[in-house]
Amino acid sequence: MKKTFILEELDCANCAAKMQEKIKKVKGVNDCSITFMTRKMFLDAEDVQFENIIVEVKKLIKKVEPDVEMIPV
Amino acid sequence: MTKKMKKKRNHMLVGGTIYICAIVFKWCMENNFIIKLPQEIVPRIMLALFLAVYIFIAGDIIKKVIKNFVNEDSIIEMLQKALDENFLMVIATVGAFLIKDYSEAIAVILFYQVGEFFQSYAVDQSRKSIAEAMDIRPEFANVIRNELTVKVMPEEVNIGELIVIKPGERVPLDGIISRGSTTLDTKALTGESMPREVIEGDEIASGCINLSGVIETKVTKVYGESTVTKILKLVEDASSNKAKAENFITKFARIYTPAVVGAAMLLAVIPPIILGGGFREWLYRALTFLVISCPCALVISIPLSFFGGIGGASRKGILIKGSNYLEELAGVSVVVMDKTGTLTKGAFTVTKLVAYGDNSGKMLFEPAELLKYAAYAENYSSHPIASSLREAYYKVSLKNSIEETSISNVKEAAGFGVCASVEGKTILVGNKKWLQENDINLADEKDGRTVKTHITVADYTVGTEVHIAIDNLYVGYILISDEIKSDAIWTVGQLKKMGIITVMLTGDKDEISQEIAKRIGINEVYTELLPEDKVQIIERYINKKKVNERLIFVGDGINDAPVLAGADIGIAMGGLGSDAAIEAADIVIMTDEPSKIVTALNISRKTHAIVKQNIIFALGIKATILILAAFGMANMWSAVFADVGVAFIAILNAMRALRVE
Repeated sequence: MKKTFILEELDCANCAAKMQEKIKKVKGVNDCSITFMTRKMFLDAEDVQFENIIVEVKKLIKKVEPDVEMIPV
Repeated sequence: MTKKMKKKRNHMLVGGTIYICAIVFKWCMENNFIIKLPQEIVPRIMLALFLAVYIFIAGDIIKKVIKNFVNEDSIIEMLQKALDENFLMVIATVGAFLIKDYSEAIAVILFYQVGEFFQSYAVDQSRKSIAEAMDIRPEFANVIRNELTVKVMPEEVNIGELIVIKPGERVPLDGIISRGSTTLDTKALTGESMPREVIEGDEIASGCINLSGVIETKVTKVYGESTVTKILKLVEDASSNKAKAENFITKFARIYTPAVVGAAMLLAVIPPIILGGGFREWLYRALTFLVISCPCALVISIPLSFFGGIGGASRKGILIKGSNYLEELAGVSVVVMDKTGTLTKGAFTVTKLVAYGDNSGKMLFEPAELLKYAAYAENYSSHPIASSLREAYYKVSLKNSIEETSISNVKEAAGFGVCASVEGKTILVGNKKWLQENDINLADEKDGRTVKTHITVADYTVGTEVHIAIDNLYVGYILISDEIKSDAIWTVGQLKKMGIITVMLTGDKDEISQEIAKRIGINEVYTELLPEDKVQIIERYINKKKVNERLIFVGDGINDAPVLAGADIGIAMGGLGSDAAIEAADIVIMTDEPSKIVTALNISRKTHAIVKQNIIFALGIKATILILAAFGMANMWSAVFADVGVAFIAILNAMRALRVE
């Protein structure tokens, strides 16, 4: 499944890059791309555990930048 | 400014003030001015005082760092975290505290925060100005329901519904004008500043602004499929196709920080052991390293530059589907262009009328009369040549209709011509073959007959000849040419000036195409091609060019999807309203102007230059400070500048990419 999110309060470009790398390594994630400028995150992950993956991704994002809120588009 | 930023700003102002107070207090204590304390307890008071100020100012950073560590599950992750810029800042300043540089520790953390603040303010502003530049989103639609006009969200309007658009409003959805006429400002879509006249029956695209009259339109596409949504989506998603420079920086950032931190550790430990000397001095130098270890300036400013460039281009009616294409445009060495629709208008225009008289110098028919008979005879034909004849007739005769009652017995032979009876005369219009088949003697074409020529559009010598016979006598021909676009010659001239090879491909006849290419100034021409030939020629050029050079193909997006895909960068022209073109191409030029190719190249070169400047500037400053710090010639202050100051300047520089003349 492919989905796009908005990462509110994202304000560090290096963090965005770090998040992207970490999320890419999550099991079941096929691809992830974070665009700092538009605050958009594109996520492509396996359908079966999509919900679990999203929870995991949210956790990872919070770890890098605690203020960021992940909102589906 | 957001609430969060305001809070941050106030916090910094208070922090800065108490810091100054603390310094004044310190000076007073040291000099026994006003405050008189026993000298032996002064250092302790000072430590307590500055520590309090430090905790006040750096509190949120320290909190963040602690929270991060508590949250981590594994040691490896904790080590990774150790390279977080907040953590490094805390280590650097706590280190400075330990070596009793209290005042400097606070100044550095304060300056760091001020820098971070300006940095996020600048990024926020840039985001806003780019968003504004691209804001073509309509806010509402006035839809007519049950004979009442209701204001609704554009998303709620269905196909076939009627909407009213008043002057000053943005066209919310694609549609056809069912009532009224007006002028439209299409600048947001096409970059074209001349307003466009539209009348009943015209299709209009969402995103334009209605300038003068009230119009009613019938919606043809839902909001999600309307032009405005497509363009917005395209530009917003553009930055997920990342440029090489962006990927380079991301990779670089991953190596840079650990490398600098590693160097800092070595610097703190090894020199004191080998060279001896003060441990404190080397530790200070190492801490200075930590301050410069964040690659922020680069990581922010490079994507920002590309994004600005894409935003600037979209304001000019050039949609670029990714930073990578914007980046690669700078390396273009060959521009291959399609002829029809790209360099020429793709619409036929009558350029010359040639009428033959008799041998005694008397005219049988005036050139204008030839045009009239031809237009009348071709009245019912839908061929593009026929419509060009009619258009020319209206223009020359200043009439706006054809008296159809005077036309009878129309016979059309597809691909050859027409035979009709007009005002009682038998008219034959078509190619030479058609006239010969009808027993017209073309041989006396040059038999000393009087010739009268009327040129309607200057400078055309080749094109399609439409021959005319009236009552079985050959009376002359009309030359119809595909008109060269007004900016085609300028465009090719500019491309050549940039050192780019220009190539023209066409399926059209050799004679006509060669003439057009010569007039435009094209370097290399290939004519009478089939679509697959075009792909082969592109491949040949791609194989021939150097590795870092790029080839672009510019077409009108119709029938040339394989060629667009085969080129390094495919540019489709006249994208407004053509979904196929938007799909197939990497870059879409919304208008019909080839000169936009030059604009796109200029934007790309400028963006490229800015990216290069930023990389060199940021790395240069950081490297310089690192070297100076290693030799003890740079203090933490300059290191903070190298970190946040450089980022701030790089962001400002990046924003130049948005501005396009």
